[in-house]
Amino acid sequence: MQSKLSKFYMYLFLTFLAGIILVPLYLTFISSFKTLGDLSSNVIGLPREWILSNYTDVFGMEYFWSFAWNSLVYGVLTTVLTLICASMAAFVFAHIRFFGNRFLFNYLLIGLMFPFASAIIPLFLKVRDFGLLGTYWAVVLPQIAFGLGFAILLFRGFFKQIPPELFDAAYVDGCNYSNFFFRITIPLSVPIFSTVAVVTFVTSWNNYLLPLIMVSNEELYPWPMGIMFFRGEYDTDWSMVLTYVSLTLIPAIVFFLLAQKYIIAGLTGGAVKE
Amino acid sequence: MIKKNITSAFVEKYSTIIIFLVPALTLFTVFVVMPIFEAAYFSFYRWNGMGPPEKYVGFKNYAFLFKNGIFLNALKNNFWIIFVSLFIQLPFALFLALFLANNFRGAAIFRSLFFLPYILAEIVASLIWVYIYKGDYGLVGAIWGLFGADAPWITADKEWALTAILIVVVWKYFGIHMMIMISGLQGISKEVIEAAKIDGAGPVTTALRIKIPILWPTITLSIFLSTLGSLQLFDLIMPLTMGGPSNVTHSMVTYLYDFGVGRMRLGFGSAISVVIFIICFVVALIYQTTILKDKGYN
Repeated sequence: MQSKLSKFYMYLFLTFLAGIILVPLYLTFISSFKTLGDLSSNVIGLPREWILSNYTDVFGMEYFWSFAWNSLVYGVLTTVLTLICASMAAFVFAHIRFFGNRFLFNYLLIGLMFPFASAIIPLFLKVRDFGLLGTYWAVVLPQIAFGLGFAILLFRGFFKQIPPELFDAAYVDGCNYSNFFFRITIPLSVPIFSTVAVVTFVTSWNNYLLPLIMVSNEELYPWPMGIMFFRGEYDTDWSMVLTYVSLTLIPAIVFFLLAQKYIIAGLTGGAVKE
Repeated sequence: MIKKNITSAFVEKYSTIIIFLVPALTLFTVFVVMPIFEAAYFSFYRWNGMGPPEKYVGFKNYAFLFKNGIFLNALKNNFWIIFVSLFIQLPFALFLALFLANNFRGAAIFRSLFFLPYILAEIVASLIWVYIYKGDYGLVGAIWGLFGADAPWITADKEWALTAILIVVVWKYFGIHMMIMISGLQGISKEVIEAAKIDGAGPVTTALRIKIPILWPTITLSIFLSTLGSLQLFDLIMPLTMGGPSNVTHSMVTYLYDFGVGRMRLGFGSAISVVIFIICFVVALIYQTTILKDKGYN
């Protein structure tokens, strides 16, 4: 009896908390179907009349699609190149013994505690001097560099679990290091590639400070800068802003539900391992 | 014949090492390590980024920084963000983790729900709260409206703006720490918990005497991560207040963005960067040494 009651309180408490998480999201979503007039007089209730014009208006904007496309390009380039660079480096750290192995690994790991904000001014100047301003690379290259430490840490942990006997056996059969990496390590490591890919992509998709410094041309704005731009344009019509935000939320939540396993494995796995 | 094989194996080994490591090492050195040293160099100049830095000013940028009320206030704000993260957010995350690490009915759903804010982009999470806080048609406005009162405009109110930011910080980030702690708790072997139960320990005693001590390394990691994160808070503040009203809610990084980058005072901005770097570095150093010390005891 006692435990049934305490269970009831526990669920009550958890539901209350869930409400605090969900109410802001719910209000955002519901408001995107309201007219501006409805929004200001009827905050909490359902729309008096469900309208879709906010959505058709946002979809009709060219730059809405261009922001999405840009974020996709930033995300895909960053993810693919991070996977390549980090997995190769991690393979060396996990499987090849040589003088300096530990030192170089630690060198890359100190990057984990470098605050990104500290680098923005020299990064901007460097990218400018390389002539990369106004290209996707201005955002992609620094993003890869700052994501490497974490990606290598995750890859190395996984690669270490591949038994060295496997390499010895392959070596006898005439397999060298790079063959081993491409033919054996990679096929065995699909889960960790997925994890790193998901975490890298999400980080890139959400990044704001770096593009804010690097990108001045609206045609290259990624999504988060796009939202801020849009907010500036429609500050008097928040039903439009909230529609835009809802259109950000929905794919993010769907993606989260699909990739949840990888996101959590990546974030907590990397954390707990070190 | 054998000798040739050994040589070619040697060549293959080292060429693999070089080819596999060079891309990562180059990118990392050029875009992560060098900028820190360059920032340190620029910080001794007055410079707007045009041409090479020429006007050497010594420590003047730093001196100005530590006499500047807005920056000192930003430091204080960062302190409050850390304080709330460590003393409100983390205990709360731990408390929830102790519940939700058990697989009762619905636990998985609650875990996902509480984690959800973390995966939203900071800008998006922040904009949602801008809406909630709105005095005219936000939730806050509506609630005040019920009592027939004119709603305060929280994010534009000097007294309340920082609190408004702190609420969003907790809302956004408690989930990740809860998840980290849950994955730590699930790593504790069942036998230990069973043994405690047989010895007559109730759930509270088990949590305090067994689970939390075993979880301690994970908790220190959470402390470290949220301190570092708090020191670099930027994205959440921009949509909410942009450091305003009257510059009272700046963090170190929004201050850097506004007063360094925004006004093209790159030497001064670099000095701010260096201060942020040193603070983060010291925090990391403290974390490293305490962890090493813990390992020494075991």
